[in-house]
Amino acid sequence: MKPFVTETGPGVALPMDNIDTDQLIPARFMKRSRTEGYGQQLLFDLRHDADGSKRPDMALNYLSARPVLLIAGANFGCGSSREAAVYALVDHGIRCVVAKSFADIFRNNALRNGLLTVTCGDADHQALTAFLSENPGGTVAADLRAQTISWGQEQGFPFDIDDNIRRRLLLGMDELSETLEYNSEIEEFEQRYRHAYPWMAPHSSGSIGPSR
Amino acid sequence: MNSPRTLVQKIWDTHRITSAQGADLLFVDRHLLHEGSHHAFDKIAASGRTIRHPELTFGVADHYAPSRPERATDATVTMIDRLARNTTQHGVTSFGLGDSRRGIVHVAMPEQGLTLPGTIIVCGDSHTATHGAFGAFAFGIGASEVAHVLATQALWQTPPRMMRINVNGQLPTAVTAKDLALHIIGQIGTGGATGHAVEYGGDAISALSMEGRMTLCNMTIEMGARSGIVPPDEVTFAWIAGRPMAPSGRDWTAAVDYWRSLRSDPGATYDHVLDIEAEQVAPMVTWGTSPEHVAPITGSVPHGQQDALDYMGLRAGMPIAQIKVQRAFIGSCTNGRWSDLLAAAAVLKGRHVRVPLLVSPGSEAIAAHAEVTGIADVFRTAGAEWGSSGCSLCVGMNGDQVAPGEHCASTSNRNFRGRQGPGARTHLMSPAMVAAAAVMGHIADVRDLTLADMTEHLAMQEARS
Repeated sequence: MKPFVTETGPGVALPMDNIDTDQLIPARFMKRSRTEGYGQQLLFDLRHDADGSKRPDMALNYLSARPVLLIAGANFGCGSSREAAVYALVDHGIRCVVAKSFADIFRNNALRNGLLTVTCGDADHQALTAFLSENPGGTVAADLRAQTISWGQEQGFPFDIDDNIRRRLLLGMDELSETLEYNSEIEEFEQRYRHAYPWMAPHSSGSIGPSR
Repeated sequence: MNSPRTLVQKIWDTHRITSAQGADLLFVDRHLLHEGSHHAFDKIAASGRTIRHPELTFGVADHYAPSRPERATDATVTMIDRLARNTTQHGVTSFGLGDSRRGIVHVAMPEQGLTLPGTIIVCGDSHTATHGAFGAFAFGIGASEVAHVLATQALWQTPPRMMRINVNGQLPTAVTAKDLALHIIGQIGTGGATGHAVEYGGDAISALSMEGRMTLCNMTIEMGARSGIVPPDEVTFAWIAGRPMAPSGRDWTAAVDYWRSLRSDPGATYDHVLDIEAEQVAPMVTWGTSPEHVAPITGSVPHGQQDALDYMGLRAGMPIAQIKVQRAFIGSCTNGRWSDLLAAAAVLKGRHVRVPLLVSPGSEAIAAHAEVTGIADVFRTAGAEWGSSGCSLCVGMNGDQVAPGEHCASTSNRNFRGRQGPGARTHLMSPAMVAAAAVMGHIADVRDLTLADMTEHLAMQEARS
């Protein structure tokens, strides 16, 4: 996973609450394999009219360079657990999303793909949204080491982040290889657990339902 | 002395393997897969890893299962084949097309007796919260976490905050678990329970059937919660008893002994407590593009959400009961179960639909049961289309879609923009309310309609069992 330390580049505002993962990546695109990429499909139905033409009022459609930061309203990423919503953002080049709040599953998925999610209060949110609404594509810096978002002439705000999430993002750690180092703990647990709750395993002594 | 714990905290402690950096590594009892698991299998293949516990892993074809064979597309065939290939290769039991155990993952797995109280159940699907109806701690995960569970049978989690929702009193006639869920979402919003594990309690919850509890826990994700849970009781045990993969014999006795201990301690603390008076819940209908855009059937479209109203083609102030519909759908992991079909059939019997109504039973077992009890024929006689089991029109990726601009009365769980197809306008409600809308051609109060006597069909059920 690509580490996140600092990212500086164009930002874009999408000042809407409840941007759900069906918006971020419509279901019909989800059969794509990861290698095909999801960047073109990001927010597809919000960015396009019914006839497929690009909506001129969507900043994401006319920026000269792809944004690295997106700011949206509350409850970003709600709905379906599809990780493809994160793939679409990341493949589009976005590395940091700022919002008033995030849905739990989306935030988990983001972390595992090196996408920084920053939660901020109303005043900071308003200031950055105003800057990017007046200057679509304006340069913004997200610094995970300093825990700051900044833009323009010394404008910006600090943000809080869970220490563990910060560490993982900074190092670009692969969670799975890390967990496999706990193999002996997992094995010991399983033995103990099977002994205490022998009936927890699925009952399958020939009585699994009929298969045509 | 141990401090009092909630039910979720007890399940958590029982499954904790180790702790590091403020997170706990939890053992997973059941890992459920569907066609969307292809990303996770690709990750496993790319890293040359294997599946740690194929016998605790179960797959089912549901998201891409077409509601009629002729609606299959290259995409649906490819996705279902991919699931079959991946699960076969790794020795995972999977219910594919043609398997009588198949259904929507959150309907079929409980039917097989895989969902048990006190277990941790995960699936790459947000509606995994459904299984909390049995007193399981169940939640949806993304593809990276699916790959992690495949390889380790465990998952890193940070403890959620706790929310208790008490539903006191008795739900009025014709008011269902779906209405209760929408009522709660209307009160606290779609972000109202973010970061929380919700525990339900109170007389109205104890009085719910297992199917009602599944509907309520299913919709808990639409409050933003990680999970919903109902402490297990005699209703739960009776529902599980005799299911193919549930414990039996001496195991059953030991299991029930343990399950009876699964409740929150007196004095357990919650970060939030919400009290709901069941008598005040009415049949609910969504008018906008988020489940929190919801009103009682007797209400009106409110002012102030112009974007949503523009998308829905509605104006503020118009009565909910005047919204015309062009389509109707009964099914999904929220409301595709036997009692849902029965409630809708009681409205449809002796009537005829004015708009196309698609019914997709939650599982093959429910579909078969509907045939032998004559319920499937009630739908057909009323002019509804009786489709195959699957996610169907809830998810818009299997050949079933609502046309742009059409209003659809739907028993599903999300009225997001484009969820049922680009430009589709979804109105969420209970199965009986969808049936009422289908026969009236507009959203209607099911309490104004006389319901058919279903005794004959219930008798067929008893004669068979």
